[in-house]
Amino acid sequence: MEPMAPSTLERLKHNYILQAWLVLMLALFFGASLAGVHLKLGPRIEQNKINETRKRIPELILGSAQVEELTKEGKSLIVEPHTVSVEKDGRKVFYTIYEAKYPDGKLAGWVAKSSGQGYADKIELLVGFSPSIETITGIFILDQKETPGLGNKIITVDWRQQFSNIKTVQPIQVTKTGAKDPNQIDAITGATISSRSVTRIVNTTVNDLRGPLTAMAANVKGK
Amino acid sequence: MAVAPTPAERFIQGILPENPVYRQLLGLCPTLAVTNGLKAAMTMAGAVAFVLFCANIVTSMIRHLLKPHLRIVIFTLIIATFVTITDRFLAAYMYDMSKRLGPYIPLIIVNCIIICRCEVCASRQSVFTAGADALGQATGYALALASIASVREILGTGTLFGMQVLPTAWPNWVIMILPPGAFMTLGLLLGAVNWFEQRRSEKANSKRG
Repeated sequence: MEPMAPSTLERLKHNYILQAWLVLMLALFFGASLAGVHLKLGPRIEQNKINETRKRIPELILGSAQVEELTKEGKSLIVEPHTVSVEKDGRKVFYTIYEAKYPDGKLAGWVAKSSGQGYADKIELLVGFSPSIETITGIFILDQKETPGLGNKIITVDWRQQFSNIKTVQPIQVTKTGAKDPNQIDAITGATISSRSVTRIVNTTVNDLRGPLTAMAANVKGK
Repeated sequence: MAVAPTPAERFIQGILPENPVYRQLLGLCPTLAVTNGLKAAMTMAGAVAFVLFCANIVTSMIRHLLKPHLRIVIFTLIIATFVTITDRFLAAYMYDMSKRLGPYIPLIIVNCIIICRCEVCASRQSVFTAGADALGQATGYALALASIASVREILGTGTLFGMQVLPTAWPNWVIMILPPGAFMTLGLLLGAVNWFEQRRSEKANSKRG
Protein backbone atom coordinates (compact mmCIF):
# COMPACT_ATOMS: atom_id res chain seq x y z
CA MET A 1 0.00 0.00 0.00
CA GLU A 2 1.26 3.42 -0.84
CA PRO A 3 1.90 5.76 2.06
CA MET A 4 -0.72 8.45 2.28
CA ALA A 5 0.40 11.80 0.90
CA PRO A 6 0.43 14.34 3.70
CA SER A 7 -2.16 17.05 3.24
CA THR A 8 -1.02 20.54 2.27
CA LEU A 9 -1.99 21.84 5.68
CA GLU A 10 0.06 19.16 7.38
CA ARG A 11 3.08 20.02 5.24
CA LEU A 12 2.72 23.72 5.93
CA LYS A 13 2.62 23.00 9.64
CA HIS A 14 6.02 21.35 9.46
CA ASN A 15 7.63 23.95 7.27
CA TYR A 16 10.54 25.42 9.20
CA ILE A 17 10.19 28.89 7.73
CA LEU A 18 6.52 29.07 8.65
CA GLN A 19 7.20 27.76 12.15
CA ALA A 20 9.65 30.56 12.61
CA TRP A 21 7.16 33.28 11.68
CA LEU A 22 7.33 34.80 15.16
CA VAL A 23 11.13 34.89 15.11
CA LEU A 24 11.11 36.55 11.69
CA MET A 25 8.44 39.09 12.63
CA LEU A 26 10.22 39.98 15.88
CA ALA A 27 13.55 40.27 14.09
CA LEU A 28 12.03 42.67 11.57
CA PHE A 29 10.29 44.72 14.22
CA PHE A 30 13.32 44.86 16.56
CA GLY A 31 15.62 45.60 13.66
CA ALA A 32 13.47 48.57 12.69
CA SER A 33 13.32 49.90 16.24
CA LEU A 34 17.10 49.57 16.64
CA ALA A 35 17.56 51.49 13.41
CA GLY A 36 15.33 54.17 14.91
CA VAL A 37 17.36 54.26 18.12
CA HIS A 38 20.53 54.55 16.12
CA LEU A 39 19.17 57.40 14.01
CA LYS A 40 18.20 59.23 17.18
CA LEU A 41 21.36 58.60 19.23
CA GLY A 42 23.98 58.10 16.51
CA PRO A 43 24.89 61.79 16.03
CA ARG A 44 25.20 62.28 19.79
CA ILE A 45 27.54 59.31 20.15
CA GLU A 46 29.62 60.61 17.24
CA GLN A 47 29.82 64.00 18.93
CA ASN A 48 30.99 62.36 22.17
CA LYS A 49 33.77 60.63 20.25
CA ILE A 50 34.81 63.83 18.53
CA ASN A 51 34.91 65.64 21.86
CA GLU A 52 37.07 62.92 23.34
CA THR A 53 39.36 62.98 20.32
CA ARG A 54 39.86 66.73 20.67
CA LYS A 55 40.58 66.34 24.37
CA ARG A 56 43.28 63.76 23.66
CA ILE A 57 45.09 65.57 20.86
CA PRO A 58 47.44 67.83 22.91
CA GLU A 59 48.62 64.96 25.12
CA LEU A 60 49.06 62.68 22.13
CA ILE A 61 51.35 65.12 20.34
CA LEU A 62 53.23 66.79 23.16
CA GLY A 63 53.08 64.29 26.00
CA SER A 64 51.40 65.07 29.31
CA ALA A 65 54.36 66.95 30.86
CA GLN A 66 54.50 69.53 28.10
CA VAL A 67 50.73 69.90 28.02
CA GLU A 68 50.80 70.74 31.74
CA GLU A 69 53.45 73.38 31.12
CA LEU A 70 51.42 74.86 28.29
CA THR A 71 48.27 74.94 30.44
CA LYS A 72 50.22 76.67 33.23
CA GLU A 73 51.08 79.41 30.79
CA GLY A 74 47.39 79.69 29.99
CA LYS A 75 47.89 78.49 26.43
CA SER A 76 46.46 75.62 24.47
CA LEU A 77 46.97 74.11 21.06
CA ILE A 78 44.81 75.24 18.17
CA VAL A 79 43.29 72.19 16.53
CA GLU A 80 41.90 72.21 13.02
CA PRO A 81 40.23 69.16 11.44
CA HIS A 82 40.84 68.11 7.83
CA THR A 83 39.64 65.22 5.73
CA VAL A 84 42.20 63.45 3.58
CA SER A 85 41.29 60.90 0.95
CA VAL A 86 43.78 58.25 -0.04
CA GLU A 87 43.48 56.14 -3.19
CA LYS A 88 43.96 52.49 -2.25
CA ASP A 89 43.30 49.35 -4.32
CA GLY A 90 41.12 51.37 -6.65
CA ARG A 91 38.91 52.86 -3.95
CA LYS A 92 39.07 55.94 -1.86
CA VAL A 93 39.75 55.76 1.87
CA PHE A 94 38.99 58.79 4.00
CA TYR A 95 40.92 59.85 7.08
CA THR A 96 40.13 62.58 9.54
CA ILE A 97 43.29 64.50 10.31
CA TYR A 98 43.69 67.04 13.09
CA GLU A 99 46.31 69.68 12.58
CA ALA A 100 47.60 71.07 15.88
CA LYS A 101 49.39 74.41 16.11
CA TYR A 102 50.93 76.37 18.95
CA PRO A 103 49.19 79.66 19.69
CA ASP A 104 51.98 81.46 17.77
CA GLY A 105 51.12 79.50 14.62
CA LYS A 106 54.02 77.04 14.74
CA LEU A 107 53.04 73.50 13.74
CA ALA A 108 52.94 71.16 16.78
CA GLY A 109 51.99 67.92 15.07
CA TRP A 110 49.23 65.86 13.53
CA VAL A 111 46.70 63.38 14.82
CA ALA A 112 44.99 60.92 12.49
CA LYS A 113 41.90 58.92 13.29
CA SER A 114 41.96 55.38 11.97
CA SER A 115 40.20 52.07 12.44
CA GLY A 116 40.48 48.42 11.54
CA GLN A 117 39.41 44.94 12.51
CA GLY A 118 40.52 43.74 15.94
CA TYR A 119 40.07 40.32 17.52
CA ALA A 120 36.47 40.89 18.57
CA ASP A 121 35.26 43.98 16.77
CA LYS A 122 36.41 47.13 15.04
CA ILE A 123 39.17 49.04 16.86
CA GLU A 124 39.15 52.82 16.52
CA LEU A 125 42.29 54.67 17.43
CA LEU A 126 44.22 57.91 17.12
CA VAL A 127 47.80 58.15 15.91
CA GLY A 128 49.85 61.23 16.74
CA PHE A 129 52.68 62.39 14.44
CA SER A 130 55.49 64.88 14.87
CA PRO A 131 55.28 67.92 12.53
CA SER A 132 57.69 66.29 10.06
CA ILE A 133 55.86 62.90 10.14
CA GLU A 134 59.18 61.28 11.03
CA THR A 135 58.06 59.91 14.38
CA ILE A 136 54.87 58.63 15.93
CA THR A 137 54.27 60.65 19.09
CA GLY A 138 51.76 58.23 20.56
CA ILE A 139 48.52 56.33 20.06
CA PHE A 140 45.20 56.35 21.87
CA ILE A 141 42.43 53.76 21.60
CA LEU A 142 39.03 55.38 21.14
CA ASP A 143 36.83 52.33 20.86
CA GLN A 144 37.40 48.60 21.25
CA LYS A 145 35.56 45.49 22.36
CA GLU A 146 38.52 43.15 22.85
CA THR A 147 38.45 40.33 25.42
CA PRO A 148 38.25 41.75 28.95
CA GLY A 149 41.41 41.06 30.92
CA LEU A 150 43.47 40.14 27.86
CA GLY A 151 42.91 42.02 24.62
CA ASN A 152 41.48 45.09 26.29
CA LYS A 153 44.91 45.78 27.78
CA ILE A 154 45.62 47.60 24.51
CA ILE A 155 44.05 50.64 26.17
CA THR A 156 46.55 50.69 29.05
CA VAL A 157 49.11 53.50 29.10
CA ASP A 158 51.93 51.01 29.67
CA TRP A 159 51.27 49.19 26.45
CA ARG A 160 50.40 52.22 24.36
CA GLN A 161 53.57 53.98 25.46
CA GLN A 162 55.60 51.60 23.33
CA PHE A 163 54.34 53.43 20.27
CA SER A 164 55.65 56.78 21.44
CA ASN A 165 58.71 58.05 19.62
CA ILE A 166 58.83 55.26 17.06
CA LYS A 167 60.26 56.27 13.71
CA THR A 168 57.90 55.93 10.78
CA VAL A 169 60.54 54.82 8.23
CA GLN A 170 60.10 51.11 8.94
CA PRO A 171 56.84 49.32 9.69
CA ILE A 172 56.36 48.42 13.35
CA GLN A 173 56.74 44.77 14.26
CA VAL A 174 55.12 42.80 17.06
CA THR A 175 57.30 40.38 18.98
CA LYS A 176 56.59 37.88 21.72
CA THR A 177 60.18 37.51 22.87
CA GLY A 178 60.87 41.01 24.14
CA ALA A 179 61.36 44.04 21.93
CA LYS A 180 65.00 44.62 20.95
CA ASP A 181 64.89 46.81 17.86
CA PRO A 182 63.52 50.34 18.17
CA ASN A 183 60.67 49.51 15.80
CA GLN A 184 59.50 46.48 17.78
CA ILE A 185 56.55 46.29 20.14
CA ASP A 186 55.98 43.68 22.83
CA ALA A 187 52.76 41.73 22.32
CA ILE A 188 50.37 41.49 25.24
CA THR A 189 50.52 38.02 26.80
CA GLY A 190 47.42 36.11 25.73
CA ALA A 191 46.40 38.79 23.28
CA THR A 192 48.75 38.48 20.33
CA ILE A 193 45.95 39.06 17.83
CA SER A 194 44.77 42.26 19.50
CA SER A 195 48.36 43.52 19.69
CA ARG A 196 48.93 42.70 16.04
CA SER A 197 45.66 44.31 15.01
CA VAL A 198 46.56 47.62 16.64
CA THR A 199 50.03 47.53 15.12
CA ARG A 200 48.61 46.71 11.70
CA ILE A 201 46.18 49.62 11.91
CA VAL A 202 49.01 51.97 12.93
CA ASN A 203 51.24 50.71 10.11
CA THR A 204 48.48 51.11 7.53
CA THR A 205 47.77 54.61 8.76
CA VAL A 206 51.44 55.56 8.53
CA ASN A 207 51.68 54.08 5.06
CA ASP A 208 48.54 55.79 3.78
CA LEU A 209 49.20 59.17 5.26
CA ARG A 210 52.94 59.68 4.99
CA GLY A 211 52.56 61.21 1.51
CA PRO A 212 49.54 63.47 2.08
CA LEU A 213 50.77 64.65 5.49
CA THR A 214 54.26 65.50 4.23
CA ALA A 215 52.63 67.55 1.49
CA MET A 216 50.41 69.28 4.03
CA ALA A 217 53.34 69.96 6.35
CA ALA A 218 55.30 71.53 3.49
CA ASN A 219 52.25 73.64 2.74
CA VAL A 220 52.06 74.89 6.35
CA LYS A 221 55.75 75.79 6.32
CA GLY A 222 55.38 77.56 3.02
CA LYS A 223 52.74 79.91 4.41
CA MET B 1 2.84 20.56 40.14
CA ALA B 2 3.11 23.21 42.79
CA VAL B 3 0.97 26.31 42.52
CA ALA B 4 2.72 29.05 40.54
CA PRO B 5 4.08 31.83 42.77
CA THR B 6 2.08 35.05 42.99
CA PRO B 7 3.52 38.42 41.87
CA ALA B 8 4.29 39.39 45.49
CA GLU B 9 6.04 36.07 46.12
CA ARG B 10 8.06 36.48 42.95
CA PHE B 11 9.14 39.95 43.98
CA ILE B 12 10.17 38.95 47.52
CA GLN B 13 11.97 35.81 46.35
CA GLY B 14 14.16 37.78 43.99
CA ILE B 15 15.53 39.97 46.75
CA LEU B 16 17.00 37.41 49.11
CA PRO B 17 15.55 33.88 49.13
CA GLU B 18 16.37 33.49 45.42
CA ASN B 19 18.90 36.29 45.06
CA PRO B 20 20.45 35.90 41.59
CA VAL B 21 24.01 36.31 42.85
CA TYR B 22 24.04 34.92 46.39
CA ARG B 23 21.50 32.13 46.06
CA GLN B 24 21.40 31.21 42.36
CA LEU B 25 25.04 32.09 41.60
CA LEU B 26 24.06 33.50 38.21
CA GLY B 27 25.57 36.40 36.30
CA LEU B 28 28.84 36.18 38.19
CA CYS B 29 31.08 37.39 35.37
CA PRO B 30 29.87 41.01 35.41
CA THR B 31 29.45 40.75 39.18
CA LEU B 32 33.17 40.18 39.53
CA ALA B 33 34.21 42.53 36.76
CA VAL B 34 32.36 45.78 37.40
CA THR B 35 32.30 45.90 41.19
CA ASN B 36 35.55 47.78 41.81
CA GLY B 37 33.54 50.97 42.23
CA LEU B 38 30.00 51.58 43.45
CA LYS B 39 29.15 53.94 40.60
CA ALA B 40 30.05 51.44 37.87
CA ALA B 41 28.26 48.67 39.76
CA MET B 42 25.07 50.72 40.07
CA THR B 43 25.13 51.66 36.38
CA MET B 44 25.49 47.98 35.57
CA ALA B 45 22.63 47.10 37.94
CA GLY B 46 20.46 49.75 36.28
CA ALA B 47 21.24 48.42 32.81
CA VAL B 48 20.46 44.86 33.88
CA ALA B 49 17.24 46.01 35.58
CA PHE B 50 16.04 47.75 32.40
CA VAL B 51 16.84 44.79 30.17
CA LEU B 52 15.41 42.26 32.63
CA PHE B 53 12.16 44.19 33.05
CA CYS B 54 11.59 44.79 29.34
CA ALA B 55 12.58 41.27 28.34
CA ASN B 56 10.29 39.74 30.98
CA ILE B 57 7.33 41.91 29.93
CA VAL B 58 7.73 41.23 26.19
CA THR B 59 8.33 37.51 26.72
CA SER B 60 5.27 37.26 28.91
CA MET B 61 3.13 39.11 26.34
CA ILE B 62 3.99 36.63 23.60
CA ARG B 63 4.17 33.53 25.84
CA HIS B 64 1.19 31.82 24.16
CA LEU B 65 2.86 32.07 20.76
CA LEU B 66 6.15 30.48 21.84
CA LYS B 67 7.10 27.12 20.39
CA PRO B 68 9.28 24.94 22.65
CA HIS B 69 12.08 24.51 20.11
CA LEU B 70 12.15 28.17 19.12
CA ARG B 71 11.81 29.79 22.52
CA ILE B 72 15.52 30.30 23.28
CA VAL B 73 16.02 32.03 19.92
CA ILE B 74 13.19 34.39 20.73
CA PHE B 75 14.45 35.10 24.26
CA THR B 76 17.88 35.93 22.89
CA LEU B 77 16.39 38.15 20.19
CA ILE B 78 14.35 40.12 22.73
CA ILE B 79 17.26 40.43 25.18
CA ALA B 80 19.73 41.47 22.48
CA THR B 81 17.41 44.23 21.31
CA PHE B 82 17.06 45.80 24.74
CA VAL B 83 20.76 45.39 25.49
CA THR B 84 21.65 47.22 22.27
CA ILE B 85 19.27 50.04 23.17
CA THR B 86 20.90 50.29 26.63
CA ASP B 87 24.38 50.23 25.14
CA ARG B 88 23.60 53.03 22.67
CA PHE B 89 21.86 55.05 25.36
CA LEU B 90 24.87 54.85 27.67
CA ALA B 91 27.24 55.77 24.84
CA ALA B 92 25.11 58.82 24.07
CA TYR B 93 24.40 60.12 27.55
CA MET B 94 27.01 58.57 29.89
CA TYR B 95 30.00 58.30 27.58
CA ASP B 96 32.72 57.91 30.21
CA MET B 97 30.78 55.26 32.10
CA SER B 98 30.04 53.48 28.84
CA LYS B 99 33.76 53.34 28.11
CA ARG B 100 34.53 52.16 31.63
CA LEU B 101 32.01 49.32 31.48
CA GLY B 102 33.21 48.51 27.96
CA PRO B 103 32.13 45.10 26.73
CA TYR B 104 30.19 44.23 29.90
CA ILE B 105 27.12 46.08 28.67
CA PRO B 106 26.93 44.19 25.33
CA LEU B 107 27.69 41.03 27.32
CA ILE B 108 24.38 41.40 29.21
CA ILE B 109 22.95 39.58 26.17
CA VAL B 110 24.48 36.37 27.45
CA ASN B 111 23.81 37.13 31.12
CA CYS B 112 22.10 34.00 32.41
CA ILE B 113 19.98 35.84 34.99
CA ILE B 114 17.80 37.32 32.27
CA ILE B 115 17.38 34.23 30.14
CA CYS B 116 16.71 32.26 33.34
CA ARG B 117 13.86 34.63 34.33
CA CYS B 118 12.39 34.46 30.81
CA GLU B 119 12.43 30.68 30.98
CA VAL B 120 11.36 30.18 34.59
CA CYS B 121 8.81 32.94 34.98
CA ALA B 122 7.98 35.18 32.03
CA SER B 123 7.26 32.43 29.50
CA ARG B 124 4.77 30.81 31.91
CA GLN B 125 3.13 33.56 33.91
CA SER B 126 1.13 36.73 33.37
CA VAL B 127 2.64 40.05 32.42
CA PHE B 128 2.05 41.43 35.92
CA THR B 129 3.79 38.52 37.62
CA ALA B 130 6.65 38.68 35.12
CA GLY B 131 7.08 42.38 35.84
CA ALA B 132 7.10 41.81 39.60
CA ASP B 133 9.59 38.99 39.13
CA ALA B 134 11.89 41.22 37.08
CA LEU B 135 11.74 43.99 39.70
CA GLY B 136 12.50 41.53 42.51
CA GLN B 137 15.41 39.92 40.71
CA ALA B 138 16.76 43.30 39.60
CA THR B 139 16.60 44.58 43.18
CA GLY B 140 18.35 41.44 44.40
CA TYR B 141 21.06 41.87 41.76
CA ALA B 142 21.50 45.56 42.59
CA LEU B 143 21.83 44.75 46.32
CA ALA B 144 24.37 42.04 45.60
CA LEU B 145 26.45 44.32 43.36
CA ALA B 146 26.17 47.17 45.86
CA SER B 147 27.38 45.00 48.76
CA ILE B 148 30.39 43.68 46.86
CA ALA B 149 31.25 47.04 45.31
CA SER B 150 31.02 48.87 48.66
CA VAL B 151 33.44 46.49 50.34
CA ARG B 152 35.87 46.66 47.42
CA GLU B 153 35.72 50.41 46.92
CA ILE B 154 36.03 51.24 50.64
CA LEU B 155 38.94 48.87 51.26
CA GLY B 156 40.55 49.41 47.88
CA THR B 157 40.49 53.18 47.57
CA GLY B 158 39.05 54.45 50.86
CA THR B 159 36.16 56.02 48.99
CA LEU B 160 32.49 55.33 48.39
CA PHE B 161 30.79 56.67 45.26
CA GLY B 162 34.06 58.52 44.71
CA MET B 163 33.82 60.33 48.09
CA GLN B 164 36.45 59.84 50.77
CA VAL B 165 34.98 57.81 53.65
CA LEU B 166 38.05 56.38 55.35
CA PRO B 167 40.75 58.64 56.79
CA THR B 168 43.34 59.47 54.15
CA ALA B 169 45.89 57.63 56.30
CA TRP B 170 44.20 54.41 55.19
CA PRO B 171 46.66 52.35 53.15
CA ASN B 172 44.58 51.51 50.08
CA TRP B 173 44.38 47.76 49.60
CA VAL B 174 44.98 47.86 45.88
CA ILE B 175 44.31 44.14 45.61
CA MET B 176 40.66 44.80 46.44
CA ILE B 177 40.08 46.72 43.22
CA LEU B 178 41.98 44.10 41.21
CA PRO B 179 40.36 40.82 40.12
CA PRO B 180 41.58 38.79 43.17
CA GLY B 181 39.73 41.24 45.43
CA ALA B 182 36.53 40.48 43.54
CA PHE B 183 36.85 36.75 44.13
CA MET B 184 37.74 37.14 47.81
CA THR B 185 34.90 39.57 48.50
CA LEU B 186 32.34 37.48 46.66
CA GLY B 187 33.53 34.32 48.43
CA LEU B 188 33.39 35.85 51.90
CA LEU B 189 30.02 37.52 51.39
CA LEU B 190 28.63 34.33 49.86
CA GLY B 191 29.85 32.42 52.91
CA ALA B 192 28.24 34.97 55.22
CA VAL B 193 24.89 34.80 53.42
CA ASN B 194 24.94 31.01 53.50
CA TRP B 195 25.83 30.99 57.19
CA PHE B 196 22.94 33.30 58.08
CA GLU B 197 20.58 31.31 55.89
CA GLN B 198 21.63 28.06 57.58
CA ARG B 199 21.17 29.48 61.06
CA ARG B 200 17.78 30.83 60.10
CA SER B 201 16.57 27.50 58.75
CA GLU B 202 17.96 25.66 61.82
CA LYS B 203 16.06 28.00 64.11
CA ALA B 204 12.91 27.56 62.06
CA ASN B 205 13.32 23.78 62.20
CA SER B 206 13.93 23.66 65.96
CA LYS B 207 10.80 25.78 66.54
CA ARG B 208 8.75 23.43 64.42
CA GLY B 209 10.26 20.36 66.13
